[in-house]
Amino acid sequence: MKIAIPVEKQNLDAQVAQSFGRAPHFLFYNTKSKESYYLDNTAVADSGGAGIRAAQVVADHGAEALLTPRCGNNAQEVLSGAEVLIYKSIPGTALENIEAFIAEKLVLLDEFHSGMHRHG
Amino acid sequence: MAKKFAVLSGKGGTGKTLLSVNLASVAGDCLYVDCDVEEPNGHLFLKPEQVRKETVCVKIPVVEKALCDGCRNCVEFCKFNAIAFMKDKPYVFEEVCHSCGGCVLVCPQKAITEKEKPIGEIRRGNSNRIKSHSGIMNVGEVSGVPIIEKLMEDVRKESGTVIIDCPPGSACIVMESIKDADYCLLVAEPTVFGAHNLKMVYDLVRLFNKPHGVVLNKCLPGENPAEDFCVKNNVPILGRIPFDKQLGKLSSDALIAADEDERFKTLFSGLLNKIMEEADSETASDSKR
Repeated sequence: MKIAIPVEKQNLDAQVAQSFGRAPHFLFYNTKSKESYYLDNTAVADSGGAGIRAAQVVADHGAEALLTPRCGNNAQEVLSGAEVLIYKSIPGTALENIEAFIAEKLVLLDEFHSGMHRHG
Repeated sequence: MAKKFAVLSGKGGTGKTLLSVNLASVAGDCLYVDCDVEEPNGHLFLKPEQVRKETVCVKIPVVEKALCDGCRNCVEFCKFNAIAFMKDKPYVFEEVCHSCGGCVLVCPQKAITEKEKPIGEIRRGNSNRIKSHSGIMNVGEVSGVPIIEKLMEDVRKESGTVIIDCPPGSACIVMESIKDADYCLLVAEPTVFGAHNLKMVYDLVRLFNKPHGVVLNKCLPGENPAEDFCVKNNVPILGRIPFDKQLGKLSSDALIAADEDERFKTLFSGLLNKIMEEADSETASDSKR
């Protein structure tokens, strides 16, 4: 199963990013093959819609689950449209979260915020 | 001759509307424009009559799914990330859309058309000889810029004096509000915070090359960081409004101080003359450059 995690740096020991849409990078990890790769978040400095863009990237890369501390309404809509499950990450590194996910210790995220939108 | 004055400040509650409605009152024959579309309040003072309402709409893309071949040009084009590609079709997030119309142009299948979406209205009325035009945005909308653009059409058409009561801050909606102004009036409070907020709008009007001057509000004896800022940066101080209990009382009763009390009539008439004078010399020297 391919999972996606917003991360601060491009390694498995990196902390999970506090924001999904504004995360610097996304980690994609295949739980079966244990292969991983990283993408820069191109929407990190966009004026708006970063969550939508981030969700699009996660969906386009075929992730089946997203591990994130938080997620906005719009991103959630895109992810659920693409049938990506959203799990609530635990404080710590990407690897700790991958292990927790495999051990089925993570729960589905059930709160979605209305966004950080600041339209000038 | 300078005729169009924008009143702005770096934050809310500094006295933009107080200054605007009082200047409008002593000017008599003028157009007052309330651009603070999120919370317009000038009408509470001016109490315009025979108000006519005009709905303001923006254009939102609509995808004809049957025509879409899934090329994703629209998704890639949208710099606001307002279009997502879900279940093999584009999906529009209306509240993120900035109505640029780009997606319509880039769609090779002509699968995207536009619909009108109301976002607010303009209320135009008269208060004695003052024409009062207020923009008001619907609750839940994110940008008032299209409403202000519409108000600016009125400003451009007007041949007499115009007082533009701007939204607080220095963001897009304020930029839109000062675009057509000949002169900008910056209202500031006598605090460190007030001086900081003054700097925000000062930087903005300089960026837009607008002649400008400051009106110090809520003046008390003693230090005034906003005044210090003006002195240090050589910004003309056009006048001072005192921190006055009677002025506060009249305003909280939604009365225009200049209409109620000779003292304030004198204050704001003097201020208007000074502003006109300063603006004329500024714009005259500008045109000579």
